[in-house]
Amino acid sequence: MAERFVSIWFPHLLTDALIASQPELRDKPLAIAAPERGKVKVKGVNSIALQKDIRTGMVVADCRAILPELTVINYKEGAERILLEELALWSLRYTPVAAVDGPDGLLLDASGCTHLWNGEKRYLEDIVSKLQAKGFAVSVAIADTIGMAWAAARYYRSPAIIPAGATLTALSQLPPAALRLDPLVTEKLEKLGLYRVRNFMDMPRASLRKRFGVDILRRLDQATGKEKEYLQPARLPVLYQERLPCLEPVCTATGIEIAIKKLLSALCKRLLDDTKGLRSLTLKGFRVDGNIQQIAIGTNKPSRSIEHLFKLLELKIATIEPALGIELFILEAPVVEDMPVAQESFWGSSMQDAAALTELLDRIGEKVGHQHIRRFVPEAHYWPERAMKTAGSLQEDPAMPWPDHKPRPVHLLKEPEPIEVTVPIPDYPPLLFIHQGKIHKVKNADGPERIEQEWWLSEGLHRDYYVVEDEAGYRYWVFRLGHYSTDEPKWFLHGFFA
Amino acid sequence: MNMATSAKRNDIIEQLQREILSMQGLRDKDNNKVRLGIEPLEQAFPGKTFPVAAVHEFLSYAREEAAATSGFITGLLSRLMQKDAYCIWVAVRRTIYPPALKRFGIDPDRILFIDVAKSIDALWVVEEALKCDLLAAVVGEIPDLSFTQSRRLQLAVEGSKVTGLIHRYYPRNENAVACVSRWHIKPVSSQTEDEMPGVGFPSWEVTLSRIRNGHPGTWHVAWTGGKFKHITTATSTDIRTLQTGLYG
Repeated sequence: MAERFVSIWFPHLLTDALIASQPELRDKPLAIAAPERGKVKVKGVNSIALQKDIRTGMVVADCRAILPELTVINYKEGAERILLEELALWSLRYTPVAAVDGPDGLLLDASGCTHLWNGEKRYLEDIVSKLQAKGFAVSVAIADTIGMAWAAARYYRSPAIIPAGATLTALSQLPPAALRLDPLVTEKLEKLGLYRVRNFMDMPRASLRKRFGVDILRRLDQATGKEKEYLQPARLPVLYQERLPCLEPVCTATGIEIAIKKLLSALCKRLLDDTKGLRSLTLKGFRVDGNIQQIAIGTNKPSRSIEHLFKLLELKIATIEPALGIELFILEAPVVEDMPVAQESFWGSSMQDAAALTELLDRIGEKVGHQHIRRFVPEAHYWPERAMKTAGSLQEDPAMPWPDHKPRPVHLLKEPEPIEVTVPIPDYPPLLFIHQGKIHKVKNADGPERIEQEWWLSEGLHRDYYVVEDEAGYRYWVFRLGHYSTDEPKWFLHGFFA
Repeated sequence: MNMATSAKRNDIIEQLQREILSMQGLRDKDNNKVRLGIEPLEQAFPGKTFPVAAVHEFLSYAREEAAATSGFITGLLSRLMQKDAYCIWVAVRRTIYPPALKRFGIDPDRILFIDVAKSIDALWVVEEALKCDLLAAVVGEIPDLSFTQSRRLQLAVEGSKVTGLIHRYYPRNENAVACVSRWHIKPVSSQTEDEMPGVGFPSWEVTLSRIRNGHPGTWHVAWTGGKFKHITTATSTDIRTLQTGLYG
């Protein structure tokens, strides 16, 4: 496919952004200035100031002399970079690859994108009108190479369409500055009377290099397409990505569902062809007003089942705010894993069973949070709170058998609750205990079972556990903390037996 | 002659009863019968078998009772869970201590515990899980259950044949629900052999206050040696046979 690039030039980027946030500055001459080598110099001006001969690079004191009513705003370091990165992300609605270009422009790789807008003219017009609605003055061009698009955006009337193959003729009429050369080189060329590219583009390469350096040859080759130039995308395009532009903005849940189904079927087919399954999925909705709505899901295992993924996304559709409508949906699978094609089993295999179970868990996880689904395996600790740990996966087998030689309560309190006891010393179970104001007379008891602190994990007193049964037949797990010594040891209730 | 006709008549009655039950959704599947091992209790069930593919309701009103109910439910699960089967246990405020379940014949790693923040979410999870026919059973600790909600659960199990066990701790009211049964498990004093000191096996008073097509009643049941055991309170012979043991 023939490559096409769009260059967007913002002649008044900084001032336009400022006016967008402070509309009262709209009708005033405006300059943005920053200190540079001991002088305060102009970094950007708006069109009104430009008409009054205020230029970028002038010293602010001179400007004030020319135009006393000039409003000067302090420049914030890196402001244009932040602005352009934001705009590059915004422009992902036009292409998967968008890049920031220098201090005042964007570059889009529009190869194979323009037909979605019914041609390049409509494509460029759409970009211009959307950016103008945001308050930016822009100049755009589309061409075969990055260099040509850059030059056309700045030297031709916007929107400029340089047809495929017409690069050389279009380039030859431009001044040398359109080649993105060092100002010193440009100056030298003009001194020698080479006012147009056509004056020197056919000169012998060796003499050009000797007089103007190697840079001029590289820039010429880049503009004519002899040398390939690469974009540095603002965001790396996701390999598994599907896009769905909408004719009319979508603002109903049903519309979103249809969009998701369409995108999913295309994405899952690609995944099946590559024997991949996705682990996470992001749906982005680009709204008419420039906002991006986003929902994301994750799966426990790689999946490419349309119904399953749709069910997961369906749970989150309600969180999308379409407002005036969504004009473009993008479905991305940032994390994919290998997933072999399962042999359809004749007898109902356990693999399919496991898949159905993980799909259920995915659904539950999306609803209540994956961290709330727990499976426990035993751990070699006597301390009751540490006797188990959360298993990492459904497949993790216990490293040891579950111990069952010691009594453990069916319900264990998260925090042991203090009780008052009447107890014969030294090591007898309590005769009665008071818990939350209620007296329990102990009829039967077992114990003690001493559980020592694991000193390598935590410090503290040991516990002496007793199983006690009261007159009603209720069974409890109580313990005494530490020895009988000078202090009265504390007693606690820690659980309920069945 | 007389004997023969009455036998024949009994056969016909039994046949008809089976048909009625199958029409009511309790299909008699011989290959999938679950035996609890409590003969008198099982007499109370329709078809003399514990109804699987149904939702059972358990009520409890004290923390001790809740623990007893959890123990009894775990005992039931050990009968319901075949090899390799999983069970889902949904709770809003989980108090169950998994290592203790080993005593009731279950490997705790075969239970998936799902802790949710709101009981409306718990209901959603229980319903979704009940639709998944790979699970042996789903336990839901949900205090309040409306009739409509219980009906939804019942419809879910009719498709999947999963057993649902809903534990309602301190319900706001004992409203009518579409569950097949209503249980009430209370701990009772455990017995030891020959007046030995100490605490005996888990023993409960099991009240089946409602059972569709069955006979409600109260029984005393203990968990001993990895299975249920019916205790006849009248004779002490059964109690004698209970051995002193560590408690679960």
